[in-house]
Amino acid sequence: MPPAADTLRRTPLHERHQQAGAKLVPFAGWEMPVQYEGIRQEHVAVRTDAGMFDVSHMGEIETSGPQAEELLQRVLSNDVTKIAERGAQYSLLCREDGGVLDDLFSYRLPGGRFLTVTNAANHERDLAWFREQAADFDVEVTDAAHEWAMLAVQGPRARSALERVTDGELPKRMRTADLPVAGVEALVCGTGYTGEEGCELLIPAAEAVRVWDALLAEGVRPAGLGARDTLRLEVCFHLYGNDLSEDRNPIEAGLGWCCKLDTGFIGSDALRGLEPQQTLAPFAFTGPGIPRQGNPVEAPHGEGVVTSGSLSPCLEVGIGMAYLPTEDAEPGTPIEVDVRGKPRAAEVREKPLYEKR
Amino acid sequence: MAEASYPEDLKYHSEHDWARVEGEQATFGITWYAQDALGEVVFFDPPEVGAQITKDEAYAEVESVKAVSDVFAPLSGEIVEVNEELADSPEKINEDPYGEGWMVKVMLSDASEVDSLLDADAYKELLQTGS
Repeated sequence: MPPAADTLRRTPLHERHQQAGAKLVPFAGWEMPVQYEGIRQEHVAVRTDAGMFDVSHMGEIETSGPQAEELLQRVLSNDVTKIAERGAQYSLLCREDGGVLDDLFSYRLPGGRFLTVTNAANHERDLAWFREQAADFDVEVTDAAHEWAMLAVQGPRARSALERVTDGELPKRMRTADLPVAGVEALVCGTGYTGEEGCELLIPAAEAVRVWDALLAEGVRPAGLGARDTLRLEVCFHLYGNDLSEDRNPIEAGLGWCCKLDTGFIGSDALRGLEPQQTLAPFAFTGPGIPRQGNPVEAPHGEGVVTSGSLSPCLEVGIGMAYLPTEDAEPGTPIEVDVRGKPRAAEVREKPLYEKR
Repeated sequence: MAEASYPEDLKYHSEHDWARVEGEQATFGITWYAQDALGEVVFFDPPEVGAQITKDEAYAEVESVKAVSDVFAPLSGEIVEVNEELADSPEKINEDPYGEGWMVKVMLSDASEVDSLLDADAYKELLQTGS
């Protein structure tokens, strides 16, 4: 049972969402804006101009102390030693058997500290996992989720809009900087989840409104979680809970590139030499219909299942990602998606499904 | 259509569908409330002409970017026409839910069912009290 509306947590920008006409829905224990004027308009605003997403529901874990890097190297799938100071890195949190617990971004801050951004639904579990593993290391693991609001500013005009309210030079892609944004000391990260240029801002929760208002005044459009989902799906970024889960390993999810087995991270032994039966592949409908999570798939070599599906606002066809027999994950393979009893024709495509011309 | 409206000449079903009854035939669609709750309609999957539909049961689907919803039959009968325009322009369901956004025309099988539908005032009251 989802908690009742009055027990849902609200972000520091809740009033601003209401003022902007948001449709608020329960999401991972939070009351979050799914859309304002409409998913399609917000999607297009991010592809052509600039949009901002309140993603304050996402959690943060701070890891510090003499062995902070060693702990992260043990729990995270990527090679943490390769993150330069002020750098960012994507990785997975795996169980011993390789099942995926979460997908994460970690930032190496000055002073040997790391900040790791978690998915809202997984935050408590991630934190417990970090702490359990930390017992063997000289580190401090701190739950920083309550300290931060998070704002993703994305789109071709996102950086210029942000520059106008920021004192200093914005970080390049996959880099971070401490900068005053609208007079608020923020951790600015050159990352995102839309396939567009932009930054993600970690802002002290109490001052999030000032940053929101300043960006709104620069014409940055509020965008909801609905558009965030369609934007990430067009560029084939994974969503935990859809495309990633404890029952799936990184290799079948196509995330072997961020699993550095030689680092000895938890799960690496299970993944070594793994040849998955199924592989996650992007697809597009060649006719009418919209695929949805859970739809069964008929592929030339067997069955599959859709893990994410939507209408693509840019391509104007149904798109999605599905676990398919590995032989069928090749672009061009015809597949059939069972959409509530109706067979719909589709084709495996190259990643990303949408690419800027 | 930005403003909520519920025309007096229509009959309403509690699942947020309307029927315009004209003799033995009726036209069906979804109400302003339904299209607003759904958001922008991007796909309408109609029934076949000739299909038998049953009051209170789903006969079609409408999809927004985010979700799919069943459309319920306010009355029973046989589909005699579907709004072909909606295949290319499903947004008409949002823009003009009682006009160009109509969905199907139905030859009614039991005209007495009409008595169980709500009039505009009763439907508005239902929306007020929380549906």
